Amino acid sequence: MAEAPIRLDDYRRVVPGGTIDLLHRLADRVRGRSLLHVNSTRVGGGVAEMLQRYVPLFEELGVPVRWEVLAGNEMFFQVTKSFHNALQGTEQVFTDQMLRAYIETNEANARTLALDADVVIIHDPQPAALIEFHAKRGPWIWRCHIDVSHPQRRAWSFIRQYVVKYDGAIFSLPKFAQRLPVPQYLMYPSIDPLADKNRPLDPDEVNGVLERLAVPRDKPILLQVSRFDRFKDPVGVVNAYRIVKKYDDCRLVLAGGGAADDPEGAEVLAEVQEAARGDPDIHVLVLPPTAHYEINALQHAATIIIQKSTKEGFGLTVAEGMWKAKPVIGGFAGGITVQIIYGVTGYTVNSVEGCAFRIRHLLNNPELARRMGENAREYVRENFLITRDLAEHLALMTAQLR
Amino acid sequence: MRQAARPFEFTACLELREMLGRSAWDERELLTAIEDVPQESIFYHTHSSFLRSRYLAAPYPNDFATWAAIQVRDRVLGERLAAVDPFDYTELEALRAELITIIDDHLSDLQAVPRIVYGEPFHFMRSTIIEVPSGVTVRTLAEFREGLRRVDLSAIYYHFFEPRGRRDPAAPAEWLEDELGEDQLAAQVRRLNPYTRSLDGLRDRLLALCDERLGTPRRG
Repeated sequence: MAEAPIRLDDYRRVVPGGTIDLLHRLADRVRGRSLLHVNSTRVGGGVAEMLQRYVPLFEELGVPVRWEVLAGNEMFFQVTKSFHNALQGTEQVFTDQMLRAYIETNEANARTLALDADVVIIHDPQPAALIEFHAKRGPWIWRCHIDVSHPQRRAWSFIRQYVVKYDGAIFSLPKFAQRLPVPQYLMYPSIDPLADKNRPLDPDEVNGVLERLAVPRDKPILLQVSRFDRFKDPVGVVNAYRIVKKYDDCRLVLAGGGAADDPEGAEVLAEVQEAARGDPDIHVLVLPPTAHYEINALQHAATIIIQKSTKEGFGLTVAEGMWKAKPVIGGFAGGITVQIIYGVTGYTVNSVEGCAFRIRHLLNNPELARRMGENAREYVRENFLITRDLAEHLALMTAQLR
Repeated sequence: MRQAARPFEFTACLELREMLGRSAWDERELLTAIEDVPQESIFYHTHSSFLRSRYLAAPYPNDFATWAAIQVRDRVLGERLAAVDPFDYTELEALRAELITIIDDHLSDLQAVPRIVYGEPFHFMRSTIIEVPSGVTVRTLAEFREGLRRVDLSAIYYHFFEPRGRRDPAAPAEWLEDELGEDQLAAQVRRLNPYTRSLDGLRDRLLALCDERLGTPRRG
């Protein structure tokens, strides 16, 4: 079902009081100054999804905004995929020909794209070299959405030669910061509270989805939503559930995307299915990537949300769970540690046993779980909603245009 | 009700966070970095952490204490750093010196320097505060009370936590005194210590003080 266009005023009922007025007043400070976003795809992927939401909201705020997309051939996108993997720490091979393809594509795009604006934000490594081939009219900022905490040295050195030419860089977590001679800003990713994945659902809608997915609501539900990936430790979650189950009756739902084009994902899924075999209270759900509504309903129905990752980028599924007013038990990894305030909005854990202990603790203290869930929702309301991200972009424009 | 000749305008604010690219993996590195980092970073990790605890008072009131207790799991240092009230120090250098003394003293009693094993390193940050007029302008105590209730919580931070806002000749206590003759209420406002409260908790306390003065029962 297509989502209706969302207006800024629609957010008033969910964001902290005064936020929308604050956005308008912030926008007044950059009135008439234009903003340009450049990335490498119009559809698919988190950045494109984010820009699809941002652009109309910036327009509504009176900030002239454009969104340009880099054009490239298959070779270019293979190279940038390798950069993506290398910057996230996977060893890759880069030939001179590959580097040339990257540079030439950026040079060609710099001639064809309309890159003049008062503030330019370039997203991720693909268009990073545009700065080499276009005379800047105002500040250019590089926004890095990926985990660059342990990049392959050669790949980072190559991208770094362009990043240092920017007026600033934005990273999603403090640990992604690099040694750079330009200001490095911190902006957390955000969730959209009005999107299908996060909007409020009534009990009938939730019941309908759970019925369709054959998940009975007769006992507390533990839920982990994630790809079937070893770093998300789904087998560890099954093991934690088995420890809990000896004492407290509950169901476990592991919901994740399909694994058809991901051989390792298929392997992990098979391991999880094997681990779950013979227990009717474990539900392994393979959902399509568009199953936002179903994920939303599962999160609404859950008693406790788990994200037991051992390695994680930001892990926005934590904020999504917290937004449904649920306590979250998360692995001590990546951005999970900035989303969970230990003992206030949930718990971070370092082991299967720790995860089991905290599940039992919350199942047996429903009042505490309820209070933590409420705290979690308020914490997300203040820190991880799209309106905060918009405000920070406007603040960045204000600071850069001073 | 007395009308102010000069209205009071609430100013909201937003924090643009900047990473310094410097980290500490143990308490000795934390100490060394606290000695070196710019003042704005000390401010960020002590005062402006309140801006990030709008509704929830965090378990430890500054980032250094939180890191020692939660990430290093050194509860003793966490407790000692938590006891530092940044509002006791008019100069950031004095606050920095106090933090250094506490950590140095703590380390001198230990055989080994506590470090993170499973936790995250401490990342030093600073921020730029962007001021934003809230559009809420008031002339009477009743309007001031209503303004306090309505404004974004960042305005409470700006006027009661942020040194620029607190030292401003147009700060709320000065305005209450000079423009409305509310000397007693101004004194009560000056005595408020935001140290153990969230911003929302501080707003509640301010509203209660206004209500007492206005002689009205507590409203929402």
